[in-house]
Amino acid sequence: MSEHRSAAEERSSRQPMRAETEGRESPTGAREAPVAARVVATTGRRDQIKAAAFKSLLLLSLAVGLVTLGVLVVDTVVTGWPRLNLDLLTRFPSGRPAIAGAQSAIMGTIWVVGLCGLFTIPVGVGAAIYLEEYANPQRWYNRLIEVNIQNLAAVPAIIYGILGLGLLVRGIGLGQVVLAASLTLSLLVLPIVIIASRQAIRSVPNSIRLGSLALGATQWQTIRRQVLPAAVPGIATGSILAMSRAIGEAAPLLLLGGLTFVTFNPKGLDSPFTVLPIQIFNWISRPQDEFRVLAAAAIVVLLVILLVMNSAAILIRSRFQRKW
Amino acid sequence: MSEPNSEGGPDKATAGGGTDIDVKVGRPRVPPLLTAESALDEYRSASPDVDRGEPVFTLDAVSVLYNKVTAVQDISFDIQVNEITAVIGPSGCGKSTLLRCFNRMNDLVPSSRVEGTLRYHGTDLYGPGVDPVEVRKLIGMVFQKPNPFPKSIYDNIAYGPRVLGIKDDLDGRVERALRQAALWDEVKDRVKTSALSLSGGQQQRLCIARALAVSPDVILMDEPCSALDPISTASIEDLMTELKQQYTIVIVTHNMQQAARVSDRTAFLTVDVDPDKTDRRTGRLVEYDLTEKIFTKPADSRTEAYITGRFG
Repeated sequence: MSEHRSAAEERSSRQPMRAETEGRESPTGAREAPVAARVVATTGRRDQIKAAAFKSLLLLSLAVGLVTLGVLVVDTVVTGWPRLNLDLLTRFPSGRPAIAGAQSAIMGTIWVVGLCGLFTIPVGVGAAIYLEEYANPQRWYNRLIEVNIQNLAAVPAIIYGILGLGLLVRGIGLGQVVLAASLTLSLLVLPIVIIASRQAIRSVPNSIRLGSLALGATQWQTIRRQVLPAAVPGIATGSILAMSRAIGEAAPLLLLGGLTFVTFNPKGLDSPFTVLPIQIFNWISRPQDEFRVLAAAAIVVLLVILLVMNSAAILIRSRFQRKW
Repeated sequence: MSEPNSEGGPDKATAGGGTDIDVKVGRPRVPPLLTAESALDEYRSASPDVDRGEPVFTLDAVSVLYNKVTAVQDISFDIQVNEITAVIGPSGCGKSTLLRCFNRMNDLVPSSRVEGTLRYHGTDLYGPGVDPVEVRKLIGMVFQKPNPFPKSIYDNIAYGPRVLGIKDDLDGRVERALRQAALWDEVKDRVKTSALSLSGGQQQRLCIARALAVSPDVILMDEPCSALDPISTASIEDLMTELKQQYTIVIVTHNMQQAARVSDRTAFLTVDVDPDKTDRRTGRLVEYDLTEKIFTKPADSRTEAYITGRFG
């Protein structure tokens, strides 16, 4: 029964194709070759052309990204090369470009982003655990929370700057200090950490949870001993990528009052501060050409920090995957 | 966390919580769930030929509903101690749903509800104050697809005792559980290696060993061989026959030959499809009897039709 049907289907699907190719081929050559072979040969060639075209289109897309990035990096390194030395890391900003460095900005970045991670990762992972393991997705308020977290991830960074300025700096009265900056960045990247952690938690197979619960483990024991360890690679990767985003942000911190000229390292949560992107912004807006060179060198430093962080993400992922 | 039973009531405290284990028998001396009226030890000492009367599980008009749709309806039968009870029936008849009632795994589905009474050694499993976590410590489960944790073989077995707060003699427990599951000789040299490196059949025996390591009273098996090859299936079946000396086993299976081979009693469920809404399927118990009788002289014509392959 079924064989008959499939044979008939095959025939009917092959017929229009044959008609099409016959129309295109020269009538003499077409008639001599066996029908099936001819059909296979022509469609094969057309598919090959299509596949090649598609592949080159994909390569082109990749090239656009890679070439742009390559040109940018090379140009920046070449421009900044004269100032890429230890002086950049050890000296403080100065009005005289010859003796200016970025130490306060580098230290400021470490303070602000370090604290940001300290605030964001526990809160973000906690929220993700609640949403994935405890919240009933059928309840309207949980769905509302979910949609809003997705939306928050897409809110422009400057809006978070306004929030930080209004709520943290002025409302609570923290002032223009490290703590206010790291909290503002935390709010900015929290949705990213939540979304990445949720995905990591969701990818843990349910059979693991059931297996644990069936042994008499409580829900918390199951999460703590089975789900979280299995989700660590995903959570770590997402968190580090979120921190990388925080490192590159200038706009919200400018609005918040990150100073553009700070000649000392932060000493605590209540210290005024600057960060690398703000320092770069400041140097680029100066009229002297020497400051442009400094800015390029500082960009290279920022890129290296980002590269190190992303490598750490990859390392953590591969290490935990091997060990699980 | 290390002592999950610490909040147990006075009854549990006198029974020593879940940690008071009779090492010789390898099971809780008195299940904490039913300290007062348990006669478990008497069952054990009774001769196997004696009709023990009091069953492990007593189902009285049990129905399971998901979102007010009845998945299984009005199931009543008893499950006897130290026997293998098979639940068979066509796809969608609610065999697995019914099985998940016994250790309250259905609780994990927020919209589910169980009606009727399901007694375990006389205690209403769904009565007030019964903690599903405590139930699952006594009533273990083996799933359709082997689901070892992504840890070492040792950590898989030790996981149950660890979450129950048992710290003494973990090595001994792991070895005993692996021996009981007939896996020890195959893995004794590599217990610290990944459980995922085992074959499918070994993984399933590991899951059985994992369930045994917490010294349960009952083991529920949800089509434990459906993902395995015939040789692995045979070894699991041998294992079940071995294990019923000490445990009460309830197995759901698609495979009628398997039910005939291993079980002492068989429950046959069928499915009613609502003529108006085809997605509304309700499972019902057709017949429950000694396996031998079910497969030779079934009382109901539907059972006969099913076991002779005329439907399902």
